[in-house]
Amino acid sequence: MAEAEARDVSGLVDHLFRHSAGRIVSSLTRVFGLADLELVEDAVQEALEKALTHWPFRGIPDNPGGWLFAVARNAALDRVRRRTRRADATDQIVELMEVKLAHMAEPVLSREIADDQLRMIFTCCHPEIPADARVALTLKTIGGFDVREIARAFLAEERTVAQRLVRAKRRIREQRIPFAMAEPEMLLARLPSVLDVLYLMFNDGYNALEGDEIVRRDVCAEALRLIEIIAAHPETGRPETHALAALFCFQAARFPARQDPSGDLLLLSEQDRRSWDSALIGQGARHMERAAAGDNLTTFHLEAGVAAHHAVAPSFEETDWEAILGFYDKLVRLAGTPIIALNRAVAVAMIDGPAAGLAAIDGIVDHPALARYYLLPATRGEFHRRLDEPGPARRCFEDALRMTKSEPVRRHLQQRIAALAASAES
Amino acid sequence: MSQFMMLLHTEPPIKGAYTPEEIQAVVQEYQQWSDKMGAAGKLAGGNKLASDSGKVLRGADNVSVVDGPFAETKEVIGGYFILEAEDYAEAAELSKSCPHLAFGGVIELRQIESM
Repeated sequence: MAEAEARDVSGLVDHLFRHSAGRIVSSLTRVFGLADLELVEDAVQEALEKALTHWPFRGIPDNPGGWLFAVARNAALDRVRRRTRRADATDQIVELMEVKLAHMAEPVLSREIADDQLRMIFTCCHPEIPADARVALTLKTIGGFDVREIARAFLAEERTVAQRLVRAKRRIREQRIPFAMAEPEMLLARLPSVLDVLYLMFNDGYNALEGDEIVRRDVCAEALRLIEIIAAHPETGRPETHALAALFCFQAARFPARQDPSGDLLLLSEQDRRSWDSALIGQGARHMERAAAGDNLTTFHLEAGVAAHHAVAPSFEETDWEAILGFYDKLVRLAGTPIIALNRAVAVAMIDGPAAGLAAIDGIVDHPALARYYLLPATRGEFHRRLDEPGPARRCFEDALRMTKSEPVRRHLQQRIAALAASAES
Repeated sequence: MSQFMMLLHTEPPIKGAYTPEEIQAVVQEYQQWSDKMGAAGKLAGGNKLASDSGKVLRGADNVSVVDGPFAETKEVIGGYFILEAEDYAEAAELSKSCPHLAFGGVIELRQIESM
């Protein structure tokens, strides 16, 4: 929320424009309706550009967010007026909106802002919206991310992202998806799909190592901001919501340690744990406590459990691998994806040695879902290396190298291969 | 001390050319510059010029009002600053630090004649 954000030397809070855009779109849509989402977005864009041409000369206004809100509100109203005039319709609609908008200023109560945004989150994650568009639509509409930024974060074509957004908005119009705070039962029924979208958003940001690092961090921060809004709401602040919030906190805490100063990738075992964000770990622990209420055990609980153990372990070796294996065993039963099996094998190897790790992977080596998943051969290579089998280790790392285009990952694998060659010579 | 007028010529911003984050970065750079000028007592004012009123009036009897004078190049004067400086050289030096140039804009610097 704005109150907690850092102020820049020039007097603007970080991400003022991006966050204002998201907030204003959510608030104005309450009045103009979802059918006019595009009109509202254009009006907000006009307000941002007006700030760009005015503020350099006139200075930043005392209340920048309120300025943007007022300009966007008037721009939206102008657009509706023009359209009404063209359609030769009565001015009743405009009059009604003017009455509604006359006293509408930027919402200042965080509860109001949260409600507007919660409503928008549930809209953007609506089951009727194509699955591949939900993350982008949420980032664009609530987060105020630009199409270019979304494309940069996920290494997608700008055109592809734009097309997805167009399709999503068309679906909103066609299906007449309402922009109303759903009934509590409806909120709960749709909560799982909302959490899934945020999970995807965070993981896309966290794992897409090819994308722009700064934007990807912002994507993760946005997922965290949105889950906090959902967690703070009395109806949606369910244990599974808190579990997902905890998972985000623990993962995000490691962000500063994931790359060395030259941008090279650092594995969990290589990271400097002192640079993990202890405030985020604390925040994650508080969510974890609230996630423990009730007896509904979700995959989010289990993944957060794994992340929590990593977060509090003094070192890689001193991690409670038995506990982590316990979570993975439950995850295998609950979800059973080959990626979970692969991660489980790492825990197995830490407890029973690399040979046991290799054996644990045996069942999934030919899984079609992992055919292009470089972490499978990379993990096997690591087990072979620890078994002092440089030949097979090298072949695995080379397989992994062929499967990834990510530069940091490729550098990392090449270093692994070079280290094998060096130890063979000595 | 003399006053100098900085006229900031710009291309009209292309719709959607900047992301919200980029807009913020641009705005902040200008603000930092004018804060610095203000703190040094070098800035006497500034304002935005309305972008849709760039007309030229010509003729003694039949006054014609036409677009221009930069209609051909699509350049408009976005706004102005008034600087306080000892001489033109100092004013030019101060103008050089204005982020407008780094963003590809052109600055017209004129001394305001004092009586």
